[in-house]
Amino acid sequence: MEHKSKYPVSHVVGFLFSLVLTFVAVFVALKMNVSYTIVMWIIGSLAVLQAGLQLFMFMHVTEGEDGKTNVINMAYAAFVAIVIVAGSIWVLTSGHAAH
Amino acid sequence: MSANINHSLPLEYQTEQNRLNILGFWVFLGAEIVLFATLFAVYGVLGHRYAGGPTPSDIFKLNDVLIETLLLLTSSFTCGLAVFFMRQRNMKQLLVWFIITLLLGAGFLFMEIREFIHYVHEGATMQTSAFLSSFFVLLGTHGAHVTFGIIWAIMLIIQLLQRGLTPVTARKMFIISLYWHFLDVVWIFIFTFVYLKGMVG
Repeated sequence: MEHKSKYPVSHVVGFLFSLVLTFVAVFVALKMNVSYTIVMWIIGSLAVLQAGLQLFMFMHVTEGEDGKTNVINMAYAAFVAIVIVAGSIWVLTSGHAAH
Repeated sequence: MSANINHSLPLEYQTEQNRLNILGFWVFLGAEIVLFATLFAVYGVLGHRYAGGPTPSDIFKLNDVLIETLLLLTSSFTCGLAVFFMRQRNMKQLLVWFIITLLLGAGFLFMEIREFIHYVHEGATMQTSAFLSSFFVLLGTHGAHVTFGIIWAIMLIIQLLQRGLTPVTARKMFIISLYWHFLDVVWIFIFTFVYLKGMVG
């Protein structure tokens, strides 16, 4: 469970990291002079990182006796989400273009 | 079941019923992830079919989007603080931070509605192009979730004031905090794969 500390240290740290990640993503997307593909990979990774931060530092996904179940459930949901998004784009754009 | 109270755990985990409700809500969030994934998929496929209408870089404004992002991110943080103080049985701090969360959420909604009205005035409506249809459906679904969350939160505040902190109200507070954090997680992806993607290059 949560540490019995008097101050919400992990929340503050999580918040500061989220702010940093947000502004780094803006900087990379709008100010850095690299190709579109590289930008998307970097800001995509930053988004996943920030989502993980929320999940672990704010939502405490691992806590409680069902913590492991929650992690498996979230990992599976993320897997299905990636299949739906990447699969749809793949089939409906590059697949379509081949014909 | 509620007779079986384990006092060594935080209030919201003390009864079997509470633990099952929290687990059930995590399962619901798994389904919500898939719901939003389908909308992201539609946007990913149709997002660059402009039909002669405006493109993302024509209409998106970085400042407004950043303000929305910071409002929602901060509200997710203050919601975490509300639960932190709930676990210290500090009702006053819990209410203060929860109400701040609500105000930030309302600020986000205000900015988003203003943004949509602005787009419509520029001739960028749901009917304009496939890009804008999928854009409004994805963003609108998220905005509807935020709206519902605010109504839910107001009702919960009333109940907290009436009943005080019990295992039942604590569980409800914890579950709405999961919901609220989840909405911020969805926004991170909207911010990245809709707004930033649209403004690159």
